[in-house]
Amino acid sequence: MPKMTLSHFEASMLFSLFTSVVLGVVTKRTDRDRLHYGIYTFVCFFAALFGLGWLMYFGHG
Amino acid sequence: MAKEKEQKQPLPPVAEWAPALALSWLVPGGGHLLLKRTGRGLLLMAAITSMFVCGLMMRGAMFQPESGDLLTTLINTGGFIGDVASGILYLLSQWLGYSQPDVAGAVHDYGTKFLVTAGLLNILAMVDAFDIAVRRKD
Repeated sequence: MPKMTLSHFEASMLFSLFTSVVLGVVTKRTDRDRLHYGIYTFVCFFAALFGLGWLMYFGHG
Repeated sequence: MAKEKEQKQPLPPVAEWAPALALSWLVPGGGHLLLKRTGRGLLLMAAITSMFVCGLMMRGAMFQPESGDLLTTLINTGGFIGDVASGILYLLSQWLGYSQPDVAGAVHDYGTKFLVTAGLLNILAMVDAFDIAVRRKD
């Protein structure tokens, strides 16, 4: 098994992508709603990632 | 009102939903495929399997149930349940001898979380397959 070395950002983006796909598929009742919810979840992950990243940056001074 | 009526309906016989639930645990997305939800099944299979494989490639550690103080028991038993919930992915990795000690490092740590989260996402997929099998959902 090859070894994978990712940065924090890359690992977080992969995590967000896979989680958003599953949450989108299992949560809603129509394909349109599933797609919208999957994208919405991914954008939320992305926003939280950047928000927390900047918060930690300013927190460290 | 309609929702309440829907919730009060008795469960169909076990034989109707148990195979989908069991297959859903064993093969991520398998329950959906059995219930002829091919697109959703393939998406679940791809996402959960990719997450698990990424976890392995990042050399994440598998949890083993441990007793001790409450936090240790909770973390290790919960993590073990999360790992086992991946079904055949977990079983294959054990049969093929995957054994990674829990070492310090961000990538290893991400790997461990990827492995557990793949199992937790598979639990969501199992619940969804169950809902479809008992006709609570299309």
